[in-house]
Amino acid sequence: MNDAAINDLITRLADDALIIAHRNSEWTGLGPMLEEDIAFSSIAQDKLGHAQALYNILHTNFGQPDPDTVAFTRNEAQFRCCHLVELPIGDYAFSLIRHFLHDAAEWVRYEALEQSTVVPLAQLARKIKGEIKYHLFHAKTWVVQLGAQGNEESHARMQSALNEAFPLALGMFEPSEFDGELAAAGIYPGEGQVQQRWLELIAPVLEQATLQLPSVEEIDRSVHYGGRKGYHTTHLQPMLNEMAEVYRIDPAAEW
Amino acid sequence: MTIQSLDPRITRAGIPSEDSRPLEPKEELDQFETWEVFHQQKRGDFSEHVGSLHAPNAELALVMAKEQYARRFKCVGIWVVRTADILTLNTEDEDIFATNAEKKYRDAGGYRVGNRVSAFKQQQAQAKSEGAA
Repeated sequence: MNDAAINDLITRLADDALIIAHRNSEWTGLGPMLEEDIAFSSIAQDKLGHAQALYNILHTNFGQPDPDTVAFTRNEAQFRCCHLVELPIGDYAFSLIRHFLHDAAEWVRYEALEQSTVVPLAQLARKIKGEIKYHLFHAKTWVVQLGAQGNEESHARMQSALNEAFPLALGMFEPSEFDGELAAAGIYPGEGQVQQRWLELIAPVLEQATLQLPSVEEIDRSVHYGGRKGYHTTHLQPMLNEMAEVYRIDPAAEW
Repeated sequence: MTIQSLDPRITRAGIPSEDSRPLEPKEELDQFETWEVFHQQKRGDFSEHVGSLHAPNAELALVMAKEQYARRFKCVGIWVVRTADILTLNTEDEDIFATNAEKKYRDAGGYRVGNRVSAFKQQQAQAKSEGAA
């Protein structure tokens, strides 16, 4: 019972983690300063680990193929990630704001999953809590620094990045046909509730950063829905091709 | 012409392959200030100095310290201190640490207490056995 719903939930979580991991890793070697290059790359590696752990749960407990096959052989229509994570890295302000908005949602999701009735998922949530806590600490510190303690330019760039990323971030919470079923079974509280807690978490940080939170009511969030059903932006497929390049040359490669 | 690299990120960046602009010297203080990092490997241990890093403020120094110095090995705590806040002596004053050879009386090795401790212990043991009897 609930297998289709659980498969869908874990695939959404895993695909978001895999795609943002790959996007953020594109900064490796090109970061704004050495220390940040190392920190951001390390965070990206953590996310890749989360994706692998989630694909492993699907493989071990729900009969899906092994993690490499799932990560490298699907086409875009088979991915369930949201549009926010697919977008190119943009400038560092965009990447940082995306990191903040995404990781705050991740924090809320995994906090809820700690109580999930799907045992391996609850175990994983407890195991990676510390990593996500650091990711969010890193994100919040930069957002407040560049928003409130930098200069006019850093504030303006962060605000413009927030205006661009926020509507996309609402797309993370695209309602799922399984929301009711997952909530009733005590597996996951559903996207509506997660979005509400996410807003409560990000609002005080943005206020501290003196950044203006765009009005949720004025945004047509359905524009950025579709990712959870396999409809993606034009950015995803080229990224998947690049990501799977080595796998296609040698599926058994290890590095 | 832009640089065509095996790394698609570099190709995408569209960097001119022949950039004839002269390299401009960097301004002094182009970097953020430095911070010293101390880590603690287990609760109760001393915090040991492990290195330094650049950061614009204390909070970001702490954020960076965690990934630079605590991402691979066991660590339970971390401190950061602004390098400029550490008070130290100039290297030419190193002779301040030189110890005069004629100060034997300050070495703990000069005291002969071992035999007195043994005698005391013996006396205590004897008193105890007499009390018990």
